[in-house]
Amino acid sequence: MKFAVVVFPGSNCDRDCHHVVSHVLGQEADYVWHQDTDLNGFDAVVLPGGFSYGDYLRAGAVAKISPVMEAVAKFANAGGPVIGICNGFQILLETGLLPGAMQRNNSLRFMCKTVDLVCRTERTPFTGELSAGSRLRLPIANAEGNYTIDDDGFAALKDNDQIVFQYCDAQGEVSDASNPNGSRANIAGICNVRGNVLGMMPHPERAAESVLGNDDGLALFTSALEHLNR
Amino acid sequence: MNMREQAHEHGLTDEEYDHVLEVLGREPSFTEMGVISVMWSEHCSYKSSRIHLKKLPTEGPQVVQGPGENAGAVDIGDGLAAVFKMESHNHPSYIEPYQGAATGVGGILRDVFTMGARPIGNLNSLRFGQLDHEKTPHLFHGVVGGIAGYGNCVGVPTVGGEIYFDPSYNGNILVNVFTVGVAQKDKIFRGVAQGVGNPVFYVGAGTGRDGIHGATMASENFDEGSEERRPTVQVGDPFREKLLIEACLELMKSGAIVGIQDMGAAGLTSSSVEMADRGGAGIRINIDDVPMREEGMTAYEVLLSESQERMLIVMAEGREHEVGKVFEKWELEWGQIGVVTDTGNFEIHQGGELKCELPVSLLTSEAPVYDRPTQRPDYLDALKPAVLPESNDLGADILELLASPNICSRADVFEQFDHMVGVGTVVNPGEGDAAVLRIPGTERAIATSVDCNSRYCYLNPRLGAKLAVAETTRNVACTGAVPLGITDCLNFGDPENPQIMWQFVEAIEGMGEACAALDAPVVGGNVSLYNSSFDKAIYPTPTVAAVGAFRHTISRDSTDIGFCDAAFKDTGDAVIVLGTTDATELGGSEYLWVKSGELGDAPPSLDLAEEKRLQALIVELIADGKVKSAHDCAEGGLAVSLAESAIKGATGLTLDVTADSPQAWLFSESASRIVVSCAPDAVESVLACAKAADIESNVVGTVTDSGRLTWAGQFDITVAEAQQAHRGGLNSLN
Repeated sequence: MKFAVVVFPGSNCDRDCHHVVSHVLGQEADYVWHQDTDLNGFDAVVLPGGFSYGDYLRAGAVAKISPVMEAVAKFANAGGPVIGICNGFQILLETGLLPGAMQRNNSLRFMCKTVDLVCRTERTPFTGELSAGSRLRLPIANAEGNYTIDDDGFAALKDNDQIVFQYCDAQGEVSDASNPNGSRANIAGICNVRGNVLGMMPHPERAAESVLGNDDGLALFTSALEHLNR
Repeated sequence: MNMREQAHEHGLTDEEYDHVLEVLGREPSFTEMGVISVMWSEHCSYKSSRIHLKKLPTEGPQVVQGPGENAGAVDIGDGLAAVFKMESHNHPSYIEPYQGAATGVGGILRDVFTMGARPIGNLNSLRFGQLDHEKTPHLFHGVVGGIAGYGNCVGVPTVGGEIYFDPSYNGNILVNVFTVGVAQKDKIFRGVAQGVGNPVFYVGAGTGRDGIHGATMASENFDEGSEERRPTVQVGDPFREKLLIEACLELMKSGAIVGIQDMGAAGLTSSSVEMADRGGAGIRINIDDVPMREEGMTAYEVLLSESQERMLIVMAEGREHEVGKVFEKWELEWGQIGVVTDTGNFEIHQGGELKCELPVSLLTSEAPVYDRPTQRPDYLDALKPAVLPESNDLGADILELLASPNICSRADVFEQFDHMVGVGTVVNPGEGDAAVLRIPGTERAIATSVDCNSRYCYLNPRLGAKLAVAETTRNVACTGAVPLGITDCLNFGDPENPQIMWQFVEAIEGMGEACAALDAPVVGGNVSLYNSSFDKAIYPTPTVAAVGAFRHTISRDSTDIGFCDAAFKDTGDAVIVLGTTDATELGGSEYLWVKSGELGDAPPSLDLAEEKRLQALIVELIADGKVKSAHDCAEGGLAVSLAESAIKGATGLTLDVTADSPQAWLFSESASRIVVSCAPDAVESVLACAKAADIESNVVGTVTDSGRLTWAGQFDITVAEAQQAHRGGLNSLN
């Protein structure tokens, strides 16, 4: 299978995602430059983390109008699997492929640490190997990971089974105490209604090899492969 | 103002100006005066330090690139080299902490990627004034924020560092930043201008008026007017730096680059002069072709600007078009601004006029070199021997030390740094004695650490510098990696003060001795002098950063993982101290300082041969999978080392040891000691290996699941309260 890793100026997890897809998953990965407009031949798309265009305005706000995002939208609307990680998630929100918006962390600081998560749905291409209610630990690294959405939108997320990951504690309890950044309902990741587009703040690619002390994130990549092979 | 007065205004002495007149045979122009003054500044010329730096050992079979280039490099196996360097950004960070620290990170990154290495890790060594000094919170948060803001955006993980608080830095903080990168060892790029007729390119950001005379500022003491120098601090743009990294690494693949160097201190001037000097060539630059972001800049301003994120590249003639192709793609500024000549001159044109024509040699080899007078400082005679402080509660003492600003957890700081980007970080900051980074896509891994106990250096600069080298390399060895080389930042006060100069010379000689004995050559570094404010000098602070490599592939897929962190692992494991504890060695200790505010009169002693054997021993024990944790003894002695290993492992610990003075045994800071833990059935083998290495070893206790740190008859505290004390030591800064 062939994964596209989109590269915006300022992306800085593109090489990490490429490494996991090619070296760990053993699949083909190609970088797609932000000015490219063609995703033909790709089976899945990764929007990696980083600071696209410097994120001096609002995270993802400039990436939204880059040529490649038209192709990503087309790919997503055709049902292709798309995962946006960290800045990639922020870009998906800005482009409207996912609902809601991102605010600064309530600590007003950049935060890099490993957090506990609970998976809420296995219906996305990236969570098929996880069961709803299963827990995993993944690193977060961001300054704007505080997800917000209005009440109607939030109700729709729940009704449509769009909440994919929530921050929890080591016992799986979703509470204010286990919320690292003020995110509404401890949301760490959501999908679109159809389920093929996933956006998440935690970095599965940083936890995909045992040598790094954590390979919980590999399941998202193997799930995608399983989904594509089906 | 006549030209001699201009020379004074630019910081030149009468003698220095006379030398200019003699070599030139004429008065310099105003532009030339600016160029001469920056190139002859302490920061660029190393005029006070140069003759002493020659004493440092710089060679070894592992050395791929020694001092004199933008960074040093050592061989880490499989055709790869670790390229690394440390640099200071002290003065700008005191004046404008966020931008000062941020641009420090930017500068050191450029020093490494200009060698063709992709940066894989950053460290920093920070020193602030005392915790309750009015300026400390502002400086601390600014510096930490600046390092985070820059490093996180460029996507290079900040994987460790050290932070000290001491009154000696109240008026002059230290911000030393370090980057390590990895390159193919046969594809290292150098800062050289060669080949008459080869075109010279400018790439990166446009030039503005920021940072003019930054190098000169860094070569003066602080005084009343210092904070008005804010305009001489540069402003960083990490996004542009990220693009610059990718664009430069891409252009390097073309094979058309002859030489490349970043524009750091003294900007376009020092980069072009140094490149011409290394190539034995001349260089001609037309200022009109330099990309600018401000209008109407004079040649003087363009030459001395320290605008950030800029590089100078000499291309092979005929390959000019390749620069534009790459830099247009990355949307960076670029321009063909000059040519390599055979005149041996640094030649600057603007608007059809010759603005500057100076022999490159005048600015480099002819720059002044001083053998400044030295004198043993008076304060040394007033030092009083350490006296063991009174104590009636050793448990409370341990908690007090764990919460001390110089010892407590740095987790709140490390969490602000992206320490995981790059998928290389195996041992996270705070988990081990050094950061462990595997290089994705290869079988290789390195370890790196930075350290210096400046209190030791104040008491005895020669011994203190040796101890700094010993501790930093020991930190690397405690992860299982073999130390291969070091880089340093020599932070001292005013070299024109003979007592400061004495500290400097003593420290360099001590450092050289230790590096030679421990087979850790100095492959690069930086000198920062004039770290004084209002006549008060900082403690002598020769910061040392070491890089080591693992001989084997590390993994976590077997019990024999091949590397170590500092956390105790399993209940029932034995705790062993490798090395000899001298209970009288309290001088310079954190315990003495916290309990009595005293320094004592001497740091711990050091036997370099023993240190070498100890480091070889720990590397062997880890490689053979005999020990499960390793943590060296430093500030706070065994008490802190043992408690930290228990806190990190969330285990308990029961000590069972006899000591004449339990208090002194716990808090002495004797050097060359490592706390290890191992399975009960490995104890005999560990003790035998230690004996074979002629290193004293003692089983001192057992890892437990009691949640307590206990020593019968001495103390009994919970790990939870120890952790709370450790975690909360910097709370007053928030």
